[in-house]
Amino acid sequence: MRFLFKTSYNQDVGLFRDKVDLFWYSLLGVAALGLPLLMSTYYVTEISLVLIYAICGISLMVLVGYTGLVSLGHAAFLGIGAYAHGYFLKIGIPWIPSVAMAVVITTACGLIVGLPALRMTGIYLTIATLAFALIIQEVFNHWTAVTQGFDGLPVAMPVIFGISVSKANFYYLCLFFLVLSLWLTRNLLRSPTGRAWVAIRDSEIAAQSMGVHLAIYKSIAFAYSAGLMGLAGALYAHKISHLAPDIFNILLSINFLLLVIVGGLGSLHGTIFGAIFVVLLPPIISILRDEIPASLGAAATSTGIAAIGAIGKAIGGFLAKPGVEAGILGLILVLVILLEPLGIYGRWVKIRVFFSTFPMYKRATFKRQKSYMKSERLR
Amino acid sequence: MLLNGVAVGCIYGLVALGFVLIYKATELVNFAQGDLLMLGAFVAYMAIAWWGWDYWLGFGLAVVVVALFGALLDRSVLRKVIGQPQFAVVMLTIGLGAMFRTFASVTWGSEIYTLTTPFDGKTVIAGATFSDQYLSIVVGTILLCGTLYAFFNYTRIGVAMQATSQNQLAAYYMGIPVKLIFSFIWAISAATAAVAGILLAPVTLIDINMGLAVALKAFAAAVLGGFGSIPGALVGGIVIGLIELFAGRFLPDGFKDAAPYVVLLLMLAVRPQGLFGSLGRKKV
Repeated sequence: MRFLFKTSYNQDVGLFRDKVDLFWYSLLGVAALGLPLLMSTYYVTEISLVLIYAICGISLMVLVGYTGLVSLGHAAFLGIGAYAHGYFLKIGIPWIPSVAMAVVITTACGLIVGLPALRMTGIYLTIATLAFALIIQEVFNHWTAVTQGFDGLPVAMPVIFGISVSKANFYYLCLFFLVLSLWLTRNLLRSPTGRAWVAIRDSEIAAQSMGVHLAIYKSIAFAYSAGLMGLAGALYAHKISHLAPDIFNILLSINFLLLVIVGGLGSLHGTIFGAIFVVLLPPIISILRDEIPASLGAAATSTGIAAIGAIGKAIGGFLAKPGVEAGILGLILVLVILLEPLGIYGRWVKIRVFFSTFPMYKRATFKRQKSYMKSERLR
Repeated sequence: MLLNGVAVGCIYGLVALGFVLIYKATELVNFAQGDLLMLGAFVAYMAIAWWGWDYWLGFGLAVVVVALFGALLDRSVLRKVIGQPQFAVVMLTIGLGAMFRTFASVTWGSEIYTLTTPFDGKTVIAGATFSDQYLSIVVGTILLCGTLYAFFNYTRIGVAMQATSQNQLAAYYMGIPVKLIFSFIWAISAATAAVAGILLAPVTLIDINMGLAVALKAFAAAVLGGFGSIPGALVGGIVIGLIELFAGRFLPDGFKDAAPYVVLLLMLAVRPQGLFGSLGRKKV
């Protein structure tokens, strides 16, 4: 087991914990830079979707994982960012100002939604964001001057300083913005702002008693989160290349929440894990749909037991039914919340501790404390 | 025409009632309420159309099945998340809702069904003609609310439920089986959703997504009435139904769906506690 020997106070607030951490993260950075050289363009564009989802995840993680405010309407912010960017590009504004304006507009929308939200707590806020998302969806449908309604708004690949970005290079663009937003968020989180957010998450009343101004910090969290979502939206517009209003529905918002929860609440690592999970799951399900009946069928012919083949066919038929994917996502969500509330990152921490303390690992280290029903009632 | 708005509002009110009952008793918010409504409608459809049962028999079966299912859900899943943060429960019920929809589409298929009911005719009351479908919704809501009112006020277990929702610890000390009461509340709430689903079935037709839209509007209704108030939920539901009706009639296209949520956001901004709710502050 490795112990950290701290020799200066700055070590407590450093970006990286120590030189070993720095080494591993640099290695990861090099790997991320070299990835497109090893893969075909198709996979690289798919991975850029992971990077965009990771930015969405950071946005929602700030709100849900660090400030404790649950939003069911983040797809709306994504949509606002995407449409604003697409519209600005269409009327001939260059790429960088267009992205900047999209971010500013979504930040402003976040503030507008956040302001009434400051007066409410818990479930009311969730419902307010849900209502906001539903209204915005109607706006996308009917404000055809900007969004072109159901005809859709085409978005070409970005052109920066006169240079057209190819699909392979779009990956680097997404990577740049992901690293930028990770760095920004990490810095915010170790500043007084981030500590105030965590305090609000853990107990609003305690935070207030310690002098944290709830309204200001909640609105900062909301605006920052919305702004990041706007940035992600601008990139997303290029990725899907054709904006339609029904993309930005509640299911997408739920997908983002799934990302944050499966990845691991309250950790920036979790956003990356969650993004990989959310992007990879649908193709994995479709591969399984074809593979399970085929491989079990082969097993049935080789062993001579017909039942195996029948089971395989049944599983394949079940997976092929419409709407099964949503149910599988739901099942995973339920299992994660019941069994591993800290998600993939929580599991990763457990595995790491298991190896670093090797023969001495105790399950009790991570045993959840018995908790009782907490009342939010005030009488 | 007014009756149509009131009738749709009654459905929202019933679903909102389900939210409020669970929220009052257990402080959880059940985002799967709309999907319980859908399950109720499907079970009734299966009994009536596929097995050829009598309408009222199918109605009863659906209510009982969904109520048992609600109680089972509380026992097996939701009891495990007591004490965890509220959003964990929100996400849990969203996940459960998605599972129910998949279950329904695998079991009953994703087609759209029509339920034949005894309420096809029209009734003339005081010179005005009303469609029986809408009338049945209003009458059903009134009957159900009357029953629930009597149940909560005049039976032992109803009073025990009131006590539990006021203070769980005190209820425990008085010997009330709080866990059982929770399951009971879930059963009642699920049954309410099932009734709403069956009453709504002839109006909107049965498909796997019927619950989602209703549940979202019912949220608006519950918040409008103040989340912890039972009469508030019903009034809120009717208000939302009427707003939707008038917005669809007098405002341009697209406002019909957005209007309830605009009202909801305004309400939250102006009076977050709702029409009938109360808001307190914890003292430290």
